[in-house]
Amino acid sequence: MFGCAQKKDGSQKSPYLRLKKIKKSFGHIVALEGIDLDIYPAEVMALVGDNGAGKSTLIKIISGVLAPDSGEISLNGTSYRHLTPSKAVELGISTVYQDLALVDCRDTASNIFLGKEPLKAWFFVDKQKMIKESEALLKKLKVAIPSVTTPVEDLSGGQRQGVAVARSIMQQGRMLIFDEPTAAMGVNEANRILKLIRNLGDEGFAVVVISHNLHHVFSIADRICVMRNGRLMVDCRTENTNLEQIVGFITGPPQLTKTHTEKELMPGCGEDAGNVQRQDMVIF
Amino acid sequence: MYRGRIWLYFSNIFHQLLLVFVLLVMVAYLSSASPFFFTWNNFRNIFDHSSLYIILALGITFVIAAGGIDLSVGAVAALSGVCMAVAMHSGLSVGLSILSGICSGAFMGMAGGTVIFLFKINPFIVTLGFMSLSRGLALIVTGGIPIYGFPKSFTWWGSGHIGPFNPPMLLAAFLIVVAAVMLNFTRFGYYTLALGGNEEALRRSGVSIFLYKVLVYTLCGVTAAIGGLIVTARLNTAEPLAGWMLELDTIAAVVLGGTSMKGGRGTIVGTVIACFLLGILRNGLVILSIPSYYQQLLIGIIILAAVIFAEVRARKGLLGFNKK
Repeated sequence: MFGCAQKKDGSQKSPYLRLKKIKKSFGHIVALEGIDLDIYPAEVMALVGDNGAGKSTLIKIISGVLAPDSGEISLNGTSYRHLTPSKAVELGISTVYQDLALVDCRDTASNIFLGKEPLKAWFFVDKQKMIKESEALLKKLKVAIPSVTTPVEDLSGGQRQGVAVARSIMQQGRMLIFDEPTAAMGVNEANRILKLIRNLGDEGFAVVVISHNLHHVFSIADRICVMRNGRLMVDCRTENTNLEQIVGFITGPPQLTKTHTEKELMPGCGEDAGNVQRQDMVIF
Repeated sequence: MYRGRIWLYFSNIFHQLLLVFVLLVMVAYLSSASPFFFTWNNFRNIFDHSSLYIILALGITFVIAAGGIDLSVGAVAALSGVCMAVAMHSGLSVGLSILSGICSGAFMGMAGGTVIFLFKINPFIVTLGFMSLSRGLALIVTGGIPIYGFPKSFTWWGSGHIGPFNPPMLLAAFLIVVAAVMLNFTRFGYYTLALGGNEEALRRSGVSIFLYKVLVYTLCGVTAAIGGLIVTARLNTAEPLAGWMLELDTIAAVVLGGTSMKGGRGTIVGTVIACFLLGILRNGLVILSIPSYYQQLLIGIIILAAVIFAEVRARKGLLGFNKK
């Protein structure tokens, strides 16, 4: 089908994770008003939207930090009411947070293996193995670090990001979520991170990137989802949209709000309601 | 900035080297000032005395490295001593009595850790409460009257002899090795330091914060109970007011040793050296026959100065070794 939303080749791949009608409110503030979203392997999906659109809430639900009020999360054919952080890690969902969640005073290898330290002789941590494998992994990710025994607080922003990514992969992450990976980063450093994220997508990871920088989004994403006021406004492939259109969805000119029907905006969209993901652009 | 492996290593042990230097200066001065200081008997005394502080400080090192604090150790030591005494006087065997005392300490630590985790209350306040609670329990159980008169196999733990050493010293030596291995080479130690460094990071890595937090406080309760065993056995008396202010001396030793109050950094070697330093200081003040009220004052001043130095160095990096 023309411009299929999930794969370039048009074959229908099963999603890594599927969200159904996820709702969440904090007191009287509604953060998410029923989000339906599929996340596919080997794809970089960008989640964009203005501040307070609900992006962070959504990824916190995916990574198990928050429990949704209603809705369900399905993964590998199993449905979950909500996830816990340890459950999410177990299922291969890994988040690289804005604050990177690194233990600053510990060395790089310990950070990469945090929670997954290899053991020898039953209960001793195998530091040599940790050092060797961290070095190999960082090399594979093309992250240059002087020594994996340096405390993380001595590293630069980009190196720290690299360490956080390496840890996500070490934790058997198959789906990696990046929260503002390029915020507060120089041009060179940001480019290196973008390349790293793109590589991860090409290597088969399901990648979700939250970013405010649309140029970065357009340079790496296969798919762009726009959120506004707790709703998913649009879900489309990058090649079928452009910067102006996405900015329009984020800022939300009146003609693009939910009061308009899908047909008004995109004739032929509404007929295939059961399979909305397959349209080249879907407006919720 | 990255400064090279050797530099880094040196900056890490710099603090301990400094402590050793101060210790040697003190030993040199006291040796020249008094003929009684540099004798085996006196050193045996210092080791014997320090072993109690070391054992308690080991547990506290873990708690402080994990970003917490435990003020209840002195009271828990007294309570577990009382537990052992009551158990023995009710006819339980010595082994089982000791075990029951250690279990009571472990329970107190476990309860403290659980409260700290569940209600997310500052450990300072929680353990302050547990200090009063434990002391109160010890007083209630004994009715305020010390319990004395124990079997020889019990008092051996305080005043026995194994060659030139006595059991508290060897127990302390054994526990130092165990603690050092645990802190540096096991997952428990890694998670203890990670807890102090960035608890949220550890939680997000899927590690049970509850389990490790409770384990850390339980461990501290166990070391406090072992301290209680030594105090009780040494005096042949279970005194409900034993271990008074012990927590402050041991916390001071731990911080002096280089374990950061902010958590994330802990050193067993530093703790042990600092305990000896304070032990020698106390011993020296007695040998120089400085009146005990002044001793208290002096020790307070010295601990304050040393801890200020340690913390400022940890923050700013004296001599520019450690910028953060």
